[in-house]
Formats: sequence, structure tokens, C-alpha cells
Amino acid sequence: MMAAIETKGLTKRYGRLVAVEDLDLVVERGEVFGILGPNGSGKTTTILMLLGLTEPSAGTVRVLGRDPVREPLKVKRRVGYLPDTVGFYDELSGRENLRYTAALNGMRGPAVEARIEELLGQMGLLDAADRPVRTYSRGMKQRLGLADVLLKEPELVILDEPTLGLDPQAAHEFLTLIRSLKERGLTVLLSSHLLHQVQAITDRVGLFRKGRMELVGSVPELAKRVLGGAYRIRVRAEGEGLEAALGAIPGVIRVRREPGGYLLETERDLRPDVARAVVREGGRLFALELEEPSLDEVYRAYFEEVKRDAA
Amino acid sequence: MTRREGSAFSGLGVVFLKEFADQLSGTRMRLLEALIVLTAMATIYAAIQTIKNVVGEDVFLFLRLFTTAKEPLPSFVAFAGFLVPLLAIALGFDAVNGEFQRRTLGRVLSQPIYRDALLFGKYLAGLATLALVLLAVWLLVTGLGILFTGLAPSGEEVARSLLYLAATLAYGGVWLAVALFFSVVFKSPTTSALAAIGVWLFFTVFWGMIAGLLAPVISPVHYGFPEEVLRQAQTELALARIAPSTLYAEATLALLQPEVRALGPVLPAQLEGMVLGTPLPLSQSVLLVWPQFAGLIAASVLFFTLAYVVFQRMEIRA
Ligand SMILES: Nc1ncnc2c1ncn2[C@@H]1O[C@H](COP(=O)(O)OP(=O)(O)OP(=O)(O)O)[C@@H](O)[C@H]1O
Ligand SMILES: [Mg+2]
Repeated sequence: MMAAIETKGLTKRYGRLVAVEDLDLVVERGEVFGILGPNGSGKTTTILMLLGLTEPSAGTVRVLGRDPVREPLKVKRRVGYLPDTVGFYDELSGRENLRYTAALNGMRGPAVEARIEELLGQMGLLDAADRPVRTYSRGMKQRLGLADVLLKEPELVILDEPTLGLDPQAAHEFLTLIRSLKERGLTVLLSSHLLHQVQAITDRVGLFRKGRMELVGSVPELAKRVLGGAYRIRVRAEGEGLEAALGAIPGVIRVRREPGGYLLETERDLRPDVARAVVREGGRLFALELEEPSLDEVYRAYFEEVKRDAA
Repeated sequence: MTRREGSAFSGLGVVFLKEFADQLSGTRMRLLEALIVLTAMATIYAAIQTIKNVVGEDVFLFLRLFTTAKEPLPSFVAFAGFLVPLLAIALGFDAVNGEFQRRTLGRVLSQPIYRDALLFGKYLAGLATLALVLLAVWLLVTGLGILFTGLAPSGEEVARSLLYLAATLAYGGVWLAVALFFSVVFKSPTTSALAAIGVWLFFTVFWGMIAGLLAPVISPVHYGFPEEVLRQAQTELALARIAPSTLYAEATLALLQPEVRALGPVLPAQLEGMVLGTPLPLSQSVLLVWPQFAGLIAASVLFFTLAYVVFQRMEIRA
């Protein structure tokens, strides 16, 4: 089967500025893919090209097997898009706004009303459903936006910073909801700055920098490439000469001192070997835990490295 | 749930209905309606004062309601020629950039509709609104006329005044298309409103003067031959007709004043065999203004197409 999204050499230039450069992106069906990167790195521009909302300067795009510029309706019927700043008709109620979207999708009949009701319920908007959107808070509009995206029962949803302006609790709920879309078989592409949450819900991420997607893969894969070791073991222990002993264990890449202990980067899960080494050196072992590398660290380490290289 | 297979105009009806409802329920509409109704009442009342004395002498008394002026008020026709473009601009100046500002455009255009369906739906909704207002004003004028003069309009008078209404709608359509065009080109509604009003002012106020200055340059009169003078007059008229306001004024004249037999310079030879002052039959008047009608529609199509071309390739970074 065709990938949900496939781009080849996708490029967007604004005069002399290259906003997106030579992008080869493949998002498989049923995957949750996160695009990350600093402000102005080309995330939104990429998304706009996927939807035919801006024309690529070069390269090809296939969304669900079709070209969004040549066959916009076929693509848009099956793709839901939440813009980074979502807006509604202020004087209409949330329900009326959804009705308009349904009508634009050619959806009619009593089943539509039921679907709107169901989505409003899912988003916790039933109480506000018949109030003008003018009276909605930022987060309520965002949730109405997700209802709007899901209304047409899309196969692919593209969300540009869906958690922008949400409080931590709401952002968490929102992302849990997005993750639940995967269970229903949807493909999700989202951009976000909330690394912790992105890590929790995505299968793979792509790191953008100055218009190029320089790293792509699952978080453990990226960690291996950026941080060196894929495994990190936190040791809380006291004793003489421990640092040297830990460093001598085969498979340990690096040992760093921390208050109360050490942080090891290793190639494998070496917890038994570490425990043995500490005991052999006569040290006192308090705790030993394997740490998942966090996207946060990968991100920070990567952009620091890039900055160092540039300097 | 049923889904319609998409044609080029998939969603046009949906957009039209929403925009039409928006126009009719907006505050903007209330203000404009009030303005138009007030001017209609005032000018008609003034006209009635003037023509009361000639009841019985004039066969086209009802049409005189529209064209008679009484100091200090201009005639209804003059007022409409001034207000309708403003009304049309008011209905269209923020059609597209307003959606940008509300950040709804990206969301709407990610639904399965073509961009032209959105643009055309908005245009048609503006036109329908305009038609509705004009019809209401027409009914008001007719009603007041019957009430004050005690005479019912003849069939021909009704036909002529309705055709005048159609010409007015076509004229408003031009300014609606101009406003729509600027609402696509400029991101700020204030700028697009000013630009549209600027173009209107240019054509309505200055273009006649410019045509008068250009005609002697294009068709100079060297020796004072009548042909030369005529050619210059024709050049000036041709130039003046670039302005929609000229076309509209001519159409109005021929439709509401049946005794007008020709538009533009008339040669004595053309008048031979005619009894001056006899009114033209309706069909002849319609033939006379047909090119003017066509010109107004062509101008709307031109501006709509320009708006479409710009909009089609525009980046929607909502
Ligand atoms: N219409 C435009 N004209 C010129 N340059 C533009 C235009 N739109 C975007 N850019 C530039 O393109 C680059 C990429 O912008 P983009 O919006 O894709 O960034 P982003 O990754 O989404 O950033 P953010 O995290 O702030 O949303 C930026 O340098 C921006 O200044
Ligand atoms: Mg962005």
C-alpha cells in the first residue's frame, strides 16, 4: 500500500530564503509522526505544501497516493487539517461552525447531527455547543478545532502545533486523544514544541533545522545517533575508585559524575555488570536504574552540537 | 450520511447560503438599509412635490418619480448612482481578507471545495443581497408613487423601471467585483476598502476630465472640419465609456426617459424622418442600452477573473 505521505526533493523558496529544502519524507499509514524544530525551521511551510495551501518551488508530494495540487478535492476529502492558529466564525455557535464544515464536505442528513453531537461530547464542549464561538476560551477553540478535523472521518490528520495555548492538563488530554486516533487506524502528522509529550505519543520524529530535516527515526534511534549510547544507567552509589571501575566495564561508553552517583552511557542494558562492579570495589549501592533517553535531551544535545560545529 | 462527488462547483451552494445569511444578518446591512430607505423616501417625496402639477400631461409620470430632482435634493437616480457602488463595496471589501483575519481561511480551504467555489459563492451572495435591497427600494418607490399621485404605473413603466433596476444591479456587480478583487490583493480590510473607493472615485469623478483632456490629443482638430470635430467627440465618448459610471448613466437615461433616441453625438442625417420628442418603444430602448449592459457585465467578469487568478495561487498561511 502507498505510504500516507511521501515527498521527494520537496523545496519551498521565498525569494532568496529557502524555507524548506530538498525534503524526502515518508510517513507510513497508521503511524504517528512528529515534526520538531526551532521557530522558523520550516515545519508549517512543509504542512502547507502537503495540503496544497502553498505551491512547492520544486519536488513532488503524494498524500494518500495523490498530488494535492493536481487533485485537491480527492486529497482534502480524506485529510483533516488543524492550522497552527485555528479560527472560527465568531458570531456562529460551535455547533453551527461544525455544521458548515460538514456541509462543505457534502455531508447531510440526521446522521450528521448525531456525529456533531458525539464529537462535541468527546471534546467536552456540549455545554458551550450553542454559544457563539466569540465566548470560547483559547483551549475551547482548540478542542472545537479537533472536532472540526475529525468530523469528516479523515484517514490522515495533520495538526500544526495542536497544543499551542493549552494548559498542561488540557495539553496532556489532547495528546492522549490524538494517540487514541492511532488505535482507530488513523495516520497522524503533528508539529509541536512539547518534546516530552511528543515522545509519549509518536512512533517516529523528524528534526528540522533551517529548512532541512536532518534527523529522522524513533526516539531510541535518534538517541543512539545523537547521544552516542542508546542506554543510560543511573547509579546511586558511594565508594572509592568507582568511576574508574565503572568506566572499565565492557560496553560502557561514558561515565559522568552526578550528585550522589554516576550516569553511564552504555551500549546494552548492563545493570548486572554495574552492580557487580560496585560490589567488587567495596562500594555501597543504593539504587540502579535504566533510563529511557528523553527526546528533550536528544533535542538539546543535537542543537548544541550543531551550534558548536557552526562556531 | 451521503457524500456528493465533487464538481468544479462542489460547495458553491453551501458557501452562497452561508454568506447570504451572514450579509443579511450583519449590522452593516442594517445601516445601509436605513441609509437607502431614507434617501429613497426623501427624493421620492421631493419628486412628487414637483410633478404633482403635471399629472395628466405626462404619459410617463411614474418614471419621472425616479428622474425628477427638486432643489436642494438630487433625483432618486442620481442618489442611487452614488449609493449603490458604496453599498456594493461595503458588501465585498472584506470578503477574503476578513477570513484571513479571522483565521478561518486555512480551515475552510482544507475542506473539499475549490477556491473558485468560495470566491464565486461570496460574489453571488453579495449580488443576491444587493438585488434584495434594490427590489425592496423599488417596491417602496412604487408604493409611495401610487399613494401620493393616485395613479398606477402602466405595464411599460413597470418594465422600464425593473430594467433600470437590473442595470443598477449590473453596475453594483462591477463594484462588488472590484471590492472582491481588492479583498484578495490586500491583507487588511481597511486598505482594500480604501483602494476600492479610490478606484470608484477615480472613474466617477476624474475619468470624465481625463477623457476630455485625452480626446484632443488622440483625435486633434486641425482645420475645424465637422468630421474632425465629430471624430473628437466620438473619441471622447469612447474613452468616457471605459468608466462603468458612464455606461450606467447612459443605460439609466435610455431606460427611464423613453424620448431619448440615441446615446452619444447624433448627426442631423440620423434624425431625418423622426418626430422629435416621440418616445421610443421599449424594445428599441432595450436595443439601445444592450451594449451598455454587456459592458457592465464584462467589467464584472474582468475583475472577478483577476480576483480569481490572484486567489488561486495565493499562499494560505492562516
Ligand atoms: N510568506 C513568506 N514570505 C517569506 N518568508 C516566509 C514566508 N512564510 C514563511 N517564511 C519563512 O520561512 C521560514 C519557515 O517558516 P515556518 O513557518 O515554516 O516555520 P515553523 O517551523 O513553522 O516555525 P514555528 O515554530 O515558529 O511555527 C521562516 O524563516 C519564515 O520566516
Ligand atoms: Mg509553524
